Amino acid sequence: MNNEKYIKNMISEGKRLDSRGLVDFREVTIEKGVVKTAEGSARVKIGDTEVLAGVKLKVMEPYPDTPNEGGLMVGLEFVPFANPKFETGPPNATAVEMSRVIDRGIRESKTIDTEKLCIKAGEAVWSVSVDIHVMNDDGNLLDAGALAALAALEDANLLKYDLEAKKLIREEAGVLPVVHKPIAVTIVKIGDSLLLDPTLEEWNALEARVTITTMENGDICALQKGGDGYFTKEELEKAADLSLEAGKALREKL
Amino acid sequence: MSKAGAPEKLIVNGKRLDGRNLDEFRTLDAKIGVLKSSQGSGEFSFGDTKAVAGAFGPRQMHPRKLQNVERATVRCKYFMAPFSTEDRIRPGHSRRGTEISKVISEAFTASVFTENFRKSAIDVFISIVQASASTRCAGLNAACLALVDAGIPMKDLVTSVAVGKVDDTLVLDVGKAEDNYGQVDFALSTIGGSDRFVHMQMDGIVTREEFSKLLEMGEKGCKQVYDKLKQTIREKYSMGVGTDE
Amino acid sequence: MENELLVKERNLVLPGDIMATGIDFLPGNGCYRDGQEVKSKLLGLVRVKDRFLSVIPLSGVYNPRPGDGIVAKVIDIQSSFWIFDINSPYDAILQLSEGVEEFVDLSKTDITRYYDVGDVIYAKVLNVAKSRSITLTMNDYRAKKLTGGMTLNITPSKVPRLIGRQGSMIELIKKNTGCQIVVGQNGVVWVKGENTAKAIEVIRIIENDAHTVGLTDKITKFLGAEPMQISEEVINDNNQETTEVTNEEENTGEDVNE
Repeated sequence: MNNEKYIKNMISEGKRLDSRGLVDFREVTIEKGVVKTAEGSARVKIGDTEVLAGVKLKVMEPYPDTPNEGGLMVGLEFVPFANPKFETGPPNATAVEMSRVIDRGIRESKTIDTEKLCIKAGEAVWSVSVDIHVMNDDGNLLDAGALAALAALEDANLLKYDLEAKKLIREEAGVLPVVHKPIAVTIVKIGDSLLLDPTLEEWNALEARVTITTMENGDICALQKGGDGYFTKEELEKAADLSLEAGKALREKL
Repeated sequence: MSKAGAPEKLIVNGKRLDGRNLDEFRTLDAKIGVLKSSQGSGEFSFGDTKAVAGAFGPRQMHPRKLQNVERATVRCKYFMAPFSTEDRIRPGHSRRGTEISKVISEAFTASVFTENFRKSAIDVFISIVQASASTRCAGLNAACLALVDAGIPMKDLVTSVAVGKVDDTLVLDVGKAEDNYGQVDFALSTIGGSDRFVHMQMDGIVTREEFSKLLEMGEKGCKQVYDKLKQTIREKYSMGVGTDE
Repeated sequence: MENELLVKERNLVLPGDIMATGIDFLPGNGCYRDGQEVKSKLLGLVRVKDRFLSVIPLSGVYNPRPGDGIVAKVIDIQSSFWIFDINSPYDAILQLSEGVEEFVDLSKTDITRYYDVGDVIYAKVLNVAKSRSITLTMNDYRAKKLTGGMTLNITPSKVPRLIGRQGSMIELIKKNTGCQIVVGQNGVVWVKGENTAKAIEVIRIIENDAHTVGLTDKITKFLGAEPMQISEEVINDNNQETTEVTNEEENTGEDVNE
C-alpha cells in the first residue's frame, strides 16, 4: 500500500521506477512454435511478464444458425505460480474479464475467417480454442495475452479430418486462415497521467484502465474500461491515439 | 456476413425498424422503492428491457479475508432471470454475468463514499426480468436507484446507455434487432451526467471518428437518463415532505 | 465563485445536487465539497445552521455517534467484555468496567451472570474510533437491561418521527397500547406488553409514512385516541431527545462518521 503512494508521486512527476517514459513499452519478445502438443503456440514476454498461448483444434457440429461457420474460443488462466496472490479454483472476475476482452478483440475483427473452418456444411466444422496460460505476472497481462493469442493463431495449422470415419488425423493440413492482426493495448490512468505497459506495481496503483484493440487499418474493434476510476472524453481520445501508435509497433514484431 | 434471419435493412429513410429516430430512446420507465425486503430498490426499463435491483449496506462482509481494511467493498451481482429471453437461460453463474457484475461494481465504486465504511460490504443484486438488448445498462440504472433508495452516500448518480452502429449509421439506445444484426454495440456509463466515463464496453468495428461521435452520443444519452432518474426520485419523495408537529 | 446558498431548510436533495457555491459554506454530515461547490451525498432533507449544511437521510443504516442511546443485543462474550449487535455494519463492545458497577473478580466470576447471549440492553455509545471500533457504556441513568418483550428494527433516520416532538408520538402509542416501549437511536425498538402486536403495527405505519404530512392525525385515528396534548410527564425511561438524529454539532469538518 505504501508503494502505491510512492508510485503515484513518481508518476505525477513523469517518472517511472524503471526509468521508462510514460508511454514506452518494455522489451517485447515473441516466439512461435514452442509447444509441440499444440496445433499452434507462442510465448510472449513483455519485460518480466510471460504468457504462453496454445491453439487446439477439434471437430464439432456447427450451430444451427451458422451451418457453414466454425467456432472460436479464447480463454485466459491466472496460473497460481505466476503471482503469489493468484489462487486455485474457478477463474476470478478479472481473469474472466481478460479472457472475454481478448476473445472479443479477435472475434469482432473477424481475424479468423470462420467460413474457411467449414469441413462440411451442416455436419462438421473446426472448433478453434486458444488458451492463454499466465507464467509470470509483472503487469500488463491483457496486452501480453492478446499478443500471444494472435501469434499462436498465426503459428497454427489445420489438421486432417476423415468425414466418413468421423476421425481426427493428427497430420498438418494447411494453415489456419488468419486474415487480420488486431492488437490490444491497455492505457492505465494514475492521477492525471496516462501510461502504457504497466508493471505489476503500477497495475496495482492504477485508478482506471481502458483496453483498446485496433486493426491494421486504424479501426477500433473492441474496447473495455476497468478499474474504479473514470476517464474524461478528452482522456479517451488521447488513449485511442496512444493505442493506435503502440499497436502499430507491436504488430511489426509479429 | 449476414446472419440467418437478418432483416435486409435496419435503417430505412433515416428511421429505425421500430420507428425511432437515430438519437431517440425507447420508452424510459423508472421506479424507486419497489422491493419490500431490500434496504433500497429500483426498477428501470428501456422499452421492453426491464431490470430490477435491490441494495443492502453497508453491512458486515463475509468472508472476512476479503474485507478491505480501508474501505467498503461494492459488490454488484448481475444475473438474468431464466424467463427473460426467448430461449430459457439456465440459472446459475455465467462468465458473461461475472464480467458484467465486475464492471458494474467498478462503475459504482467510482461514486460511492467507500472510505467511510471500512471492512464492510455494499451489496446490490440486479435481475434482468425482460431482456431486449441493453440489459446491462438497464441493470446499472436500476442499481443506481437502489443505492440512492438505500441511503448509501454517493458523489452523484451513475447512469448508462448503449450506443451502436447499424447499417453504417450511429444510433442511441440499441434495440433487440440492432443488437442481433448490427455492427457495433457500445455500452457505457457516466457519473453525474458529465463527460466522465466510469464504464465502457464496446464490440464491433468503428473508425477513429466514429469512436469520438459515439462517445458524444453516449454522453448525451447518459445525461438524459440522469435527468429521468432524478425526476423519478423527486416525484416519489417530494409528496408531502414536511412535518405536521 | 460567488458564495450562494441554493437550498432551503427541509428541501429534498439527491446525491450530487449542488447545495451551495463558494467557500463560505461548510459541508457537514451528508454533504461534501467538490471544488467550489457543496453537494449532497444522500437522498434526504436539507438542514442549514448558519454556514453549516447537512443532509438528514430518508433511509440508511445506523451510524453510531458518541452519546447515542441505543438498544443492543449480546451476540458473543469474551472473558472481560461482551460483543453486541447494534444494527450497524459494525458490532460494539462493552467492557466489564463499563457494564458493571461493582468490583468483579474475574478469576472467580463468569460474566454471563450479568449479560448473556441474547440479552437486550439500552446503553449509551461511549466512543467510536476511526478504525470502526465502537464501545458502549451502561454508566448512564437511562441505561438498563430490557427483559422479556421483543425487538423490531426500523430505519434509523425514522427514529425522530417515531419519538415525535418532545416524545409526543411515542407517548401516544405507549398510552394507547399500554406497552412499555424503548426506542434506540440505532433504529432498534423494544416493546413489551399485552398489545405488542398493535404497537408494532403502528410503528410500521410511522416508518412507512415518516416523510408525509398529517401523520399524527392518522396515527391518532388508528389508535382510536383523542387528539393528544403534549404531556408534562415526558420524563421516562427512554430517549427523549427530539427530532434530531444528529443532535451533536453538524460539522465535523472531516466527515468521519458517514
